[in-house]
Amino acid sequence: MPDHSSPPRVAVFVTCLADLLRPQVGFATVKLLEAAGCRVEVPTTQTCCGQPAYNSGDRADAQALARQTIAACEEFDYVVLPSGSCAGMLRQYPALLADDPAWAARARGLADKTYELVSFLTDVIRLDRLPPVRYHRTVTYHDACSGLRELGIREQPRRLLAQVEGLRLVEMRDTEVCCGFGGTFCVKYPEISARLATDKCAAIAATGADEVLAGDLGCLLNIAGRLRRDGSPVKARHVAEVLAGLTDSPAIGEDRA
Amino acid sequence: MKPSSHLFKTQAAAALADPELQRALRQATTDGFAAKRAAAVAAFPEFEALRERGRRIKDHALRHLDVYLARFAAAVETNGGRVHWAEDAATACSVILDICRQAGAAKVVKSKTMVGEEIGLNPALEAGGLEVVETDLGEYIIQLAGEPPSHIIAPAIHKTREQIGVLFDRHHHGGRAVRPHTVPNLVDEARHVLRGKFLEAEVGITGANFLVAETGTVVLVTNEGNADLSLTLPDTHIVVAGIEKVVPTLADATTLLRLLARSATGQEITTYTTFVTGARREGETDGPRNYHVVLVDNGRSRMLADEFREMLRCIRCGACMNHCPVYSAIGGHAYGWVYPGPMGSVLTPRMIGLDTAYDLPNACTLNGRCRSVCPVQIPLPALLRRLREQQFERGLGGKPTRWALRAWAWLARRPRLYQALTGTVAGLWSRLPGKRGAVRRLPFAAGWTASRDLPTPTDPTFLSQWRQKGKRHHD
Repeated sequence: MPDHSSPPRVAVFVTCLADLLRPQVGFATVKLLEAAGCRVEVPTTQTCCGQPAYNSGDRADAQALARQTIAACEEFDYVVLPSGSCAGMLRQYPALLADDPAWAARARGLADKTYELVSFLTDVIRLDRLPPVRYHRTVTYHDACSGLRELGIREQPRRLLAQVEGLRLVEMRDTEVCCGFGGTFCVKYPEISARLATDKCAAIAATGADEVLAGDLGCLLNIAGRLRRDGSPVKARHVAEVLAGLTDSPAIGEDRA
Repeated sequence: MKPSSHLFKTQAAAALADPELQRALRQATTDGFAAKRAAAVAAFPEFEALRERGRRIKDHALRHLDVYLARFAAAVETNGGRVHWAEDAATACSVILDICRQAGAAKVVKSKTMVGEEIGLNPALEAGGLEVVETDLGEYIIQLAGEPPSHIIAPAIHKTREQIGVLFDRHHHGGRAVRPHTVPNLVDEARHVLRGKFLEAEVGITGANFLVAETGTVVLVTNEGNADLSLTLPDTHIVVAGIEKVVPTLADATTLLRLLARSATGQEITTYTTFVTGARREGETDGPRNYHVVLVDNGRSRMLADEFREMLRCIRCGACMNHCPVYSAIGGHAYGWVYPGPMGSVLTPRMIGLDTAYDLPNACTLNGRCRSVCPVQIPLPALLRRLREQQFERGLGGKPTRWALRAWAWLARRPRLYQALTGTVAGLWSRLPGKRGAVRRLPFAAGWTASRDLPTPTDPTFLSQWRQKGKRHHD
């Protein structure tokens, strides 16, 4: 258990998508956690949580990546990820390694201290006030499926976004309906995936928002890619970027000025 | 029916390109069933607690399935009925055909039964020379159209009112448009035709929503009353049911009824809820003279013994498909067999083969909405993932996909190499001339770029930047 007299040591697991395609989500995560009083470290032996293997039925590789992630992160008080989907995967490790007694207990240990970023800030750190941040935009929020249904994340990001000066949140219809990303689903069944993405982007456009925010890069890349293909003026950002005030750079998939 | 699940991708593409189907689906799933269920659940605060009770009732019944089935069968026989055990589809069909022959039947009316579809009952009876008429309106429509059901509670959900009107004109009026195709007109017309069929039939076949062990009662729900006419007018009533339908008590059945109607159609209770406990008794003036219950296994006891047992909790409400974004986009026929949507994607590979139905467990985003609405809390995404594991173990699926996955995993298990490689890719890409933040086309990523731009790296990787920062710190 974390020692409450000193700041918690928090490992950031940045996720492979953020690492490669949206590094500023990682920096936003670090900034928010430090502002919340955490001692932040980034384990250097992290790669991917194993979810693509797990969801493709490749159990052996998923187990190998689970062991690697456990070894990289278990020494910390908490592991925090800017993704409900990947945080949900770490919470699956005990089930994934249930047949391996030596690792099952370690997997349970890790799962119990793993959190998605926004819900960690609100539910664990109990952050009442964000450091002052401004963002003069009308936004809408997409509830990524894993965060919403596996981890119960719904009100938390909205509560923090309400503290951002100048930000107006307009809810879209069917915000809890999948955007069609689904990991390898989006390349295995591109036509169905595209149809779901089209429906999602229509719901986003109908709000009249300038930007769509979400807590998962998988969904955001899908949504941003579809918006861009349609020539839509709506931009997409990870919610952590807005909460941390790291919004100077182009939005996801947006051309550089 | 002959499975076409191996053509899933082609069928899905055709469904997406069919404007009539898209219109019918949009009306029925998102705006129809899902909204109605939400309203019913909102008006019933105990619903979540009831789901938990429903799960427990079914789990208990399944754990002691042998006991409750024996108790149910004994009660049916005590009440004067006959119970038949059918290990597979062929046995079930031949048992039912034999009963019809013994009854000297030429005409059969049927109330909607999904297990009847599963065992291919209609073609079997027709091959035996019987006339079979479906009496559920939706089922009647698709029987005329020569199509399988596309939804387990709303078999003709894929058809628009106009299409049904044209179909009725063709079958009832030699192709002439007699009356405007309004809903009341169409319902009237079907009622008129079916009334005659009910009166002529010697045998009525129904399914069962629940089998009650303590009393030997069969519980049936409909919104049209067609099950009641099917089972009271003909001389012989045959119930065909999967063995997983048995529950211990009448109280258990009523608990599940409260879940079933709300989950399926958003009703508090269906228009007709019928408790059947045997044939006409002495002194009674109506009801069938002969009563048979055919209990079908067809792979269920195998499922009971393995890690898919939870699927046997299914009470066939259809909520999973009503809330499935994939089903809502492509409809039920694309799945290529009797059971569509999430529950069908678990059942179908078990029944027709992991290979033939390869796409079904995979054509799912694992978004979990089906599980969150399932009245008996079946972990559908986990079961679909388990099927993917079995497919992977057997080497099914495209070789390129498997190799790509293995190669990626090989790399991801080597953090230094992985980070060196991703660092190099991101570093090079972000230094490319031009200011574009995404590409329109990329080799090997056509699945993505056919309909979406692909955001590309714009900076060095987070981990490489973090490392650089750390170095500056220490210098």
